[in-house]
Amino acid sequence: MNNFEHKHHAHCESGVMSSMLRHHGLNISEPMVFGLSNALNFAYIPFVKIGGMPLIAYRSMPKSIIKNIRKNLKIKMKLETFSSKKAGQDRLDQLLDEGKIVGAQSSVYWLDYFPKEIRFHFNAHNLLIYAREGDEYLISDPVFDKSVRCNKESLSKARFAKGVMAPKGLLYYPISVPKKIDLKPIVAKNIKKISKSMLKTPVPIAGLRGMRYLAKSILKLESKEKKYAKLFLGHIVRMQEEIGTGGAGFRFMYASFLQEASELFDHDEILAEASKLMLEVGDEWRDFALMIAKSIRSKESIDYKAISDKLMDISENESKVYKKMLEFKADV
Amino acid sequence: MDINSVPQDDSTTYASMKKAIYAAGKNGKMQTVGSSGWDVEEIATKAALDEIENSIQNAYEEVKFKKKSPLYYHMYDARMDLLVLAQSTGFFQWTIKRHFKPEVFAKLSEKKLLEYCDVLGKTLDEIKTIPEDRDE
Repeated sequence: MNNFEHKHHAHCESGVMSSMLRHHGLNISEPMVFGLSNALNFAYIPFVKIGGMPLIAYRSMPKSIIKNIRKNLKIKMKLETFSSKKAGQDRLDQLLDEGKIVGAQSSVYWLDYFPKEIRFHFNAHNLLIYAREGDEYLISDPVFDKSVRCNKESLSKARFAKGVMAPKGLLYYPISVPKKIDLKPIVAKNIKKISKSMLKTPVPIAGLRGMRYLAKSILKLESKEKKYAKLFLGHIVRMQEEIGTGGAGFRFMYASFLQEASELFDHDEILAEASKLMLEVGDEWRDFALMIAKSIRSKESIDYKAISDKLMDISENESKVYKKMLEFKADV
Repeated sequence: MDINSVPQDDSTTYASMKKAIYAAGKNGKMQTVGSSGWDVEEIATKAALDEIENSIQNAYEEVKFKKKSPLYYHMYDARMDLLVLAQSTGFFQWTIKRHFKPEVFAKLSEKKLLEYCDVLGKTLDEIKTIPEDRDE
């Protein structure tokens, strides 16, 4: 058996990639994975519904972390999907027998080690399988503080759940990982890229424009049924915190990335300042969630204007972080 | 957020799990801290869970009084809605709606029933009935 070591992370996809690369000798933190895969974002897509609620996301599309890390760090990786459960199970067993650790996409709902409270139909969860004992799989699920076990039946059902973002049994693993990578140019490039895309998204549903769009939609809740309005507001908080974002919809994790980036560039002051600003913006996102929670609890009428204004303020303050990040000139 | 401000609210929705939160420690150095819960998040999650529970209970009663087929209950009980069930089975929403009618459901082919069994995680016997009583 391989001597894999489980580590607790904030988020599933970035956590799997960080653990996987570390196992292959490339020591790279979760925030670094998150930053280098350009994963920070914001999207509000009212015409795509999940459980009757509009799609709200604080990060990029599922699987983009895996794909961007592969591309940006030039890591040779294999991604395999399967047309049948049997083929998917056999391939997993084969890879484990070879001593590999394998990333897998799965539904959350069918994983029996998840507590009932958070088992929802979300098909883009990620986990690492590092060994098998008979019909039980030893799993490093990044959002759990300890490694877990899952039986064959349950794992298979989760890997082959149908519907939106169906995992189709997706397995992924690196073929060759460089032991040392000069991260500097990649960090510099991605900091520039994310700042530009957040500030100047061409579509009104993403980036800072997406936040302002959501803020306007919150105002319109006034005319909706109160029960719906409360569920809508609660949905925002759930997307921000519940799915495992490291707090404040990945903003805290990104602040950590900026701090690491600053250290990489001999304690660059602009990046250190940007990290501090992002941490403060994260605190504001937490305040925003607190405002919502209070209004859900309260029997009184909801002050939609105040909640909407708060989000407008956040988008304004977050824009300052990206502008700060654009001041950074890498000497690489 | 400072590591000392990371909430430790023992939320029931965390089910004794811990979530890793990034926060600033000594000299502002960022690290992860395990959080046992946050009241704010718990309120939001519970509101969603209550809504699901209401749908299941309503569905249970409608099936019990023969207004809807057992499929209607099992869909909600598996935390799905019409959209998710349609996406999972590949059936049209209007087809599934017809299958909510007890008389249509009673005549469904085994093939179609097995399709529902597969995505809802039920056996053929289970999907044709509902439990005597619900204790949740």
